[in-house]
Amino acid sequence: MPDLELLTGGEAVAHAMRQVDPDVVPVYPITPQTPIIQGFAKFVADGKAHGELIDVESEHSAMSAAIGSALAGARTMTATSSQGLALMAEVVYIAAAMRAPIVMALGNRALSGPINIHCDHSDSMLIRDSGVVQLFVENAQEAYDMTVLAPRLAEHPDVLLPVLVCQDGFTITHSAEPVELLADAAVRRFVGEYEVPHALLDLERPATQGPFAMPDYYFELRRAQVAALEAALRAFKDVSVELTRLTGRPLTSVERYRLADAETVVVAMGSTAGTLKEGVDALREDGEQVGLLRVVSFRPFPRVAVARALSIARTVVVLDRADSPGGAPPLFAEVASALYGSGTELRGHVFGLGGRELHPEDLREIVSREAPTYVGLRSDPCPA
Amino acid sequence: MAALSAWQQLEPGGAIVRADTGRVRTGGWRTGLKPEADLPRCVDCLLCWLYCPDSAVVLDGTTFAGFDLDVCKGCEICAEMCPTGAIEMVPDA
Amino acid sequence: MSRLKTIVRDQHGVQPLAGGHSLCQGCGIPVVVRTVLGSLHKPAVVVNATGCLEVATTRFPTTAWNVPWLHVAFENAAAVASGVESAQRVLRRRNGLPQEADVAVVVFAGDGGTYDIGLQALSGALERGHRLLYVCYDNEAYMNTGVQRSGATPYGASTTTSPAGLDSFGKAQQRKDMTAIAVAHGVPYAAQACSAFWFDLARKAERGAAADGPAFLNVLSDCPVGWGHDPRVGPRVLASAVETRFWPLYEIVDGEYRLTYQPRKRVPIEDWLTGQKRFAHLRQPQVAVIQRQVDADWEKLLARCAD
Repeated sequence: MPDLELLTGGEAVAHAMRQVDPDVVPVYPITPQTPIIQGFAKFVADGKAHGELIDVESEHSAMSAAIGSALAGARTMTATSSQGLALMAEVVYIAAAMRAPIVMALGNRALSGPINIHCDHSDSMLIRDSGVVQLFVENAQEAYDMTVLAPRLAEHPDVLLPVLVCQDGFTITHSAEPVELLADAAVRRFVGEYEVPHALLDLERPATQGPFAMPDYYFELRRAQVAALEAALRAFKDVSVELTRLTGRPLTSVERYRLADAETVVVAMGSTAGTLKEGVDALREDGEQVGLLRVVSFRPFPRVAVARALSIARTVVVLDRADSPGGAPPLFAEVASALYGSGTELRGHVFGLGGRELHPEDLREIVSREAPTYVGLRSDPCPA
Repeated sequence: MAALSAWQQLEPGGAIVRADTGRVRTGGWRTGLKPEADLPRCVDCLLCWLYCPDSAVVLDGTTFAGFDLDVCKGCEICAEMCPTGAIEMVPDA
Repeated sequence: MSRLKTIVRDQHGVQPLAGGHSLCQGCGIPVVVRTVLGSLHKPAVVVNATGCLEVATTRFPTTAWNVPWLHVAFENAAAVASGVESAQRVLRRRNGLPQEADVAVVVFAGDGGTYDIGLQALSGALERGHRLLYVCYDNEAYMNTGVQRSGATPYGASTTTSPAGLDSFGKAQQRKDMTAIAVAHGVPYAAQACSAFWFDLARKAERGAAADGPAFLNVLSDCPVGWGHDPRVGPRVLASAVETRFWPLYEIVDGEYRLTYQPRKRVPIEDWLTGQKRFAHLRQPQVAVIQRQVDADWEKLLARCAD
């Protein structure tokens, strides 16, 4: 009988951090990630985690201190959401470029304005192009598993990138579920020792990190980052297989739900996928051949796996929990790119901005083409 | 000037290990004058070494040993700071 | 052996900041960097904010640095250094470090990256009490981007964003007292210095590095381009700043003020203002204002030192 604890996603991640036992954790509060840093701070205060908390004075400084620490040779983790991510965005790009293997918990929350503390994916999308790895979990269990996996992925010698474990704000961060934790020793063994190529505190071969680059080298330096993200897809597979041997639970870059004979496939990320699975089951009861593809790894985007998974579908409907005003929503754009030339019918919707709920019943209208582009939006009816 | 590297040859993150890098010859910045030392006047106070912005004063242990004209930009601070007037700016060869 | 010869000897022929960089002819920054790094009596890692020093010494794929060096962005050097400092403490405690010696964490940032955009990160680092030596090379403007006005630019200076003109005498505000801001955080050591009095600077760097907590060094550094003077006379211009009391040399040890250099005679502020093109446009009303402010600040400083 597995040892289950009733934990919110925030608490589960705090436990994962306790067990990883990083050296340095710069923290700055913002709803809805604060339970993560509060939980971890208590572990440190009680001597159950042995690293050092730095209570920095802004999120920009949190990521800055994290780079300093990670490149100095210390395993480093932090957490943020929404405006905090926006404020540190400049430094997130730099962390990726400097190949700092920082693990960051992200409690997905809508970006201002107006200010809103509830869930959507706009914060993740703000740093979509930053070069960091972004993994979206469905529930507290997966948040825990992914946080245990993240250091191994971040620190993989071919990767060396920040890894963001993204969980829906409130829906996952603050909702309690049964979560199975690994034993402390198992996690310690799994994450192993921390190493970076040019630790600052190693004085034998002093290195200059964060140089200035002119047009003769910037392009090449950026191309090298792309290779790291491509390697991350392979590394994710290798490391997750190893973790699955310990947990018995799979972690894959995409999750296929009842796809085998699906004519219509809905694509989504995060906790809403759980809601949609119920919707899929209900439609299946009525004889509809519907399936769900949950994208877990948004960056790097698993184009090949997505294209393969959707290859049998006649219709694909992408549900984005973020918008790109004036352009195509981010997940839709990725799927469209992966499906280009396949002839599959493709539709997209935006839902859930600022914490607006999506219900299992909404899937019926989405599949039957009766849902508006912005699902769940109050809108004046069109003039006749 | 070294040949420009392909992206695959670059160190992750653009890290530069000093031992691997070449020196940039900023001696080309001089506009006609270079420092010259009148050795009998030199008292090895090392102020020229300290104040030189380009680390262009060469020492042998703690004794003045000359100027690194590969990097000297000809700012004349060494001549100005020398307490015995042992350094003069003379025409570049 | 003299202090300077000791510095030379202890470097074993390897300078922390070597030549072959593209700082301007006569730049006042390197002497500050080399004096500070030479006075620590222990190895150092350098965290550098964006600015002249960083850009000119690390054009990929070359570097002029022979010590571990890290640059991340403009406004966060103190935060980055906080991370490095914490990492060292934790790794030492957890016994992962490759060598026994304590490594000094030294920040070099310009006035832009300290007084203005870097103020928040610095304040946080000072409040948290990290053991680091923060050195501001204060050349009184954003020099790297072409001489724009900063919070450190003195009253009446002409910069490209506070230019003197038909309707303007240059910067209309007095400069920030950054040293006082640092002291207000209750740090164990803070000081003002400049390279024209290099022994004073070296001693302050030594004391700062030995402090059990944050040390803040505010070092006036000349910029021949931005200040408008012949590169050759840089150190003399800096000496004039001190002799006219525009830039007093003092230190604050655990909150106690101490003057470290008392100018022997009273030198009028014109000695500092003339010879720098950035002040060439000033007329008597402004000069008198500047003299009055310098005199008032000097009296205030003396009063603090007397306590």
